[in-house]
Amino acid sequence: MIHATELIRAAVYDVNGNYVGRVRELCIDPSEQPNRIAWLVIARGRFQPLLARYDQVASVAPRAIRLNVLELSLKAYLPNEAWLTVSKDLLDQQIIDVHGRKVVRVNDLDLVEIPVNGRMELRIAQVDVGLAGALRRLLQGLPPGWIRRLQKSLPTRAIRWEFVDLIETDPMRRVKLKIPHAKLAQLHPADIADILEELAPSEREAVLETLPEETAAETLGELKPELQVRLLEELDAGRAADILEHMPADERADLVAELPEETSRELLADMERKQAAETEALLQFEENTAGGLMNPRVFSVAEASTVASVIENVRQSGIDLDTLDTVYLVNDTGGLTGAVPVARLLLATAETLLASLCADPLVFVDTDTKERQVIEMFDKYNLRSLPVVDTDQKLVGVITADDVISRLWQTRR
Amino acid sequence: MANAPLALTRTLEWLRAQRRRVRHSRRRLALLFAAVGPGLVTGTVNQDAGGIYSYSLGGAQYGYWLLWTLIPVGVLLYISEEMCARMGVVTGKGLSDLIREEFGFRITFLLMLAVLAMSLGNILAEFAGIAASMELFGVSRYVAVPLAALFIWGIVVRGTYRTVEKVFLVGCSFYVAYLLSAVLARPDWMVAAYHTVVPTVAFETGYLVLALALVGSTVAPWQHFYLQSSVVERGVSPRHYRQTRGDVFFGTLSCVVIVFSIVVACAATLHVARRTEIATAAEAAEALRPLAGFYASSLFAFGLLNASLLAASILPLSTAYVICEGLGLEASLNRPFREAPIFYWLYTALIVVGASLILVPGAPLVRIMVLSQVINGVVLPVVMIFVLVLVNRRELMGEFTNSRGYNAVAWSASLVIILLTLLLVYLGLSGKAPILARL
Repeated sequence: MIHATELIRAAVYDVNGNYVGRVRELCIDPSEQPNRIAWLVIARGRFQPLLARYDQVASVAPRAIRLNVLELSLKAYLPNEAWLTVSKDLLDQQIIDVHGRKVVRVNDLDLVEIPVNGRMELRIAQVDVGLAGALRRLLQGLPPGWIRRLQKSLPTRAIRWEFVDLIETDPMRRVKLKIPHAKLAQLHPADIADILEELAPSEREAVLETLPEETAAETLGELKPELQVRLLEELDAGRAADILEHMPADERADLVAELPEETSRELLADMERKQAAETEALLQFEENTAGGLMNPRVFSVAEASTVASVIENVRQSGIDLDTLDTVYLVNDTGGLTGAVPVARLLLATAETLLASLCADPLVFVDTDTKERQVIEMFDKYNLRSLPVVDTDQKLVGVITADDVISRLWQTRR
Repeated sequence: MANAPLALTRTLEWLRAQRRRVRHSRRRLALLFAAVGPGLVTGTVNQDAGGIYSYSLGGAQYGYWLLWTLIPVGVLLYISEEMCARMGVVTGKGLSDLIREEFGFRITFLLMLAVLAMSLGNILAEFAGIAASMELFGVSRYVAVPLAALFIWGIVVRGTYRTVEKVFLVGCSFYVAYLLSAVLARPDWMVAAYHTVVPTVAFETGYLVLALALVGSTVAPWQHFYLQSSVVERGVSPRHYRQTRGDVFFGTLSCVVIVFSIVVACAATLHVARRTEIATAAEAAEALRPLAGFYASSLFAFGLLNASLLAASILPLSTAYVICEGLGLEASLNRPFREAPIFYWLYTALIVVGASLILVPGAPLVRIMVLSQVINGVVLPVVMIFVLVLVNRRELMGEFTNSRGYNAVAWSASLVIILLTLLLVYLGLSGKAPILARL
C-alpha cells in the first residue's frame, strides 16, 4: 500500500532515468474508471505542467515515480472539470461515510497497485481519516521510511472507497463527476437527516437535490424545523414542491406554516392541486389544536362493510400502510360511528360486519380540542391513533402516536 | 337580510386570515430573537479576568488617557467579528473548518497548537479571577475553584446549546455592574468625554504596553472562532443576515461601554489617589473600597466573578470544538465518550489543568494573566489574515465578499495590530517593558 501523501511532490523520471519534475496532483477520470489514478500532473517549476497517463507509468514507489516513455511524449496539462483531483477535491475535504453513517474529513488516501492487462494500475483503496493520516500530513516532506516507522503505533481509521460519498455543490460538476448518491439513499431517512445536519447549507441542498423525491421527503421530515425551513427556502421551487407533495399532509402543513408567506404561496402554487388544497385546509387550524396536529388522510369505510370488502378496499386504495392501524366507520353523511383496530381484521371471518368489531367506547376529539387534552387522551386510553371530527361530527382526520411523540419531544427541548 | 349569511362567511374568512397573519408575525419575532445572541455573548464575554485587569491598570496608571483607544478598538472589533459572522452565515462552516479546507492540514495544526496554548493561558486567568473575586467575598479559593469547575462541567454537559446560551445571556446582563460602579466612582465625565475623542499619547513603554494589552484583550482571537461557530450552530440564513449584523454591532457597543466603565471607574479613584501599583483585578476592586465606597467595590468584584465564570464556561468548550473540528476529529456533546474521546479529554483537561494550577501555592497568577494576553496579541494577526483572505474568496463567499473600502479599512487595521504586536514582543524581549519584566 502507498499513501497519496507519499506520491504528492514525488520526483518523476522518464524512461532514460532523466528527471522530469515533481508530482503536483493525482487525477481520477470517473467517466472511465471510478477509482483509478488516471493522470499524474507533473510540475516543472515555471514551465507548463505535464500530464502522464496511467499507462505511461512504469513503477511507483514513495518519493520516486518512473515513466515508460520519454518526456517528449507527455501531454501538456490543462485543468479539466470532469476529473476528480486528489489534493484539491479530497484531501482536507468532508465526505460522507455511508457505512459509518457520518460526515468525516479526509486526512490521506491509501492507494494499492493492482495488475490489469499485465500492467500495474494505481487504485484508491480507502480514505484515511485517522491519526496516522494526520501524522503523515504533518510530517509530509520527511523521508517516508521515518514517517512509516513513527506511525506504526498510531491507530488507523480508514473508510473503504465503496462507502465514500462525495459532496459536490456545483450541479454541473456533479453530473460530470458522476457522483452517485445511490448508497446514501439506501440509508434510513433519519440517518440521512443526521448526516445532513452536520453539513453546510449549500452541501445539504446538494445532497437533497440528488436523493429520490420520496427519500428526500422522508429525510426532510426528520430534520430540525429550522433546517427544514431554510432548505425549502433555498431549494428550487419546483423541486421543493415535489418533495413537499411526498410528505404526510400534517407534516407538510406544519412546514408550510413555518415558511415566509411569499415562499409558501409560491410552493402551494407549484404543488398538485389536491395536495395544495389539503394543505390550505389544514393551515386554517391553530397550531396547538387537534386540527393542527391531525393528518387529513384517513382510511374510512361505510358502516355496512364486511371484512372481505375492507381488505379488498385496502388493497385497491394504495394507502400508506405504515400509518394504517385503525379502520374508521362512517355513515352516509360522513359522520364518525366506529373504529376497528386493523389487528381485529386478522381474526375475523370474511363475512363479519365491521360494525360488530368496533372498539368500545369510541374515543374522538373535535378540531378545536387543545393539544394538551389530546396528549392526555393518548396517555389515558393508551391510544395509537385518535380520530378528529368537525362540528357536524364528520370525520376529518386522524392523529397518530408519532405526531404526539414528536410534539412532546419538541416541547421538552 | 338575505346577505346576512354571506356577510357572516366573509367575516369568518377575514378572521381566519387574521389568525394566519398572527401566526406568521409571531414566527418572525421568534426569528429575530433567534438571530440575537451570539454577537452579544461574544462581545461581552471577552471582557474576562485578564482583560479587566488590563483595563483597571490602564485606568489606574494613566487615568483617562487611554480612553481614546476605545474608538479604534471598537471599529476593529466590529469589523473582524462582522467578517466572521458573515462567513458563518454564508458558508455554514466554522472558521477552523474553513482554514483546514482552504489552507491544508499542516497550517491548521500549527494554528490549533497556538489556539490551545492561548486558551489554556486564558482559562488559567479566568480561574484566577474566580479565585480572587471569591476571596474578596470571604470564600477560600480551595472551595471556590473546585466548585466553579464542577459547575462549569455541569451546565455544559447537562444543558443543551439553547439553555446554555440563555444562561450566558443572563450572565451578560450582569455586566451592568461595571456601569454602576463607574457611576458610583463619581468620575469627571467631561474629562472622560474629552479623552475619548482626543488622543493623548505618552511616549513611554508602560503606556505602549498597556495600550497594546487593551487592544489584545478586547479583540481576542478565540472569540472569532467562537462567534463563527455559534452563528453556524444557529443556522441563520443569508436572508436574515441583517439581524446577525445588528447583533454583532450591539455586542461590540456593549463591549466598548464596559471597557469604558472599567477604565473610568479606576481613573476616577485609583489614579486620582495615586494607587497605581495594582497586581490583580481583585486588588483593584479592593483598592476601590476606601475611595469609592463599599457598593462600588463589591459591584466591581461581582462583575469580575461573573466575567470569569462566564468566560471559563465558554472557553474550554469552544477550544475543544475548534481544535477537534479543525483536525477532523469527532466533536460533539451529543455523542457518547467512546465516539469522541479526544474531544472529551481535551475539554476535561482544559478545565482540570486550568483549575488546579490556580490552587498550587505561590502560583504566579499575574504573570500567567499577562502572558496569556501576550499570546493573544501574537495569534491575533495570524487569525486576522486568515479571516481576510477567506472572506475575500469568491468561490466561498459569492456576492458576500468584502467591498474595496471595507478591505482597505480591515487590512490597515490588521497592519496596525501587527505592528503593535511586534513592538510589544520587542519590548518584552529587550526587557524594557515594566510589566513584561515581571514575567
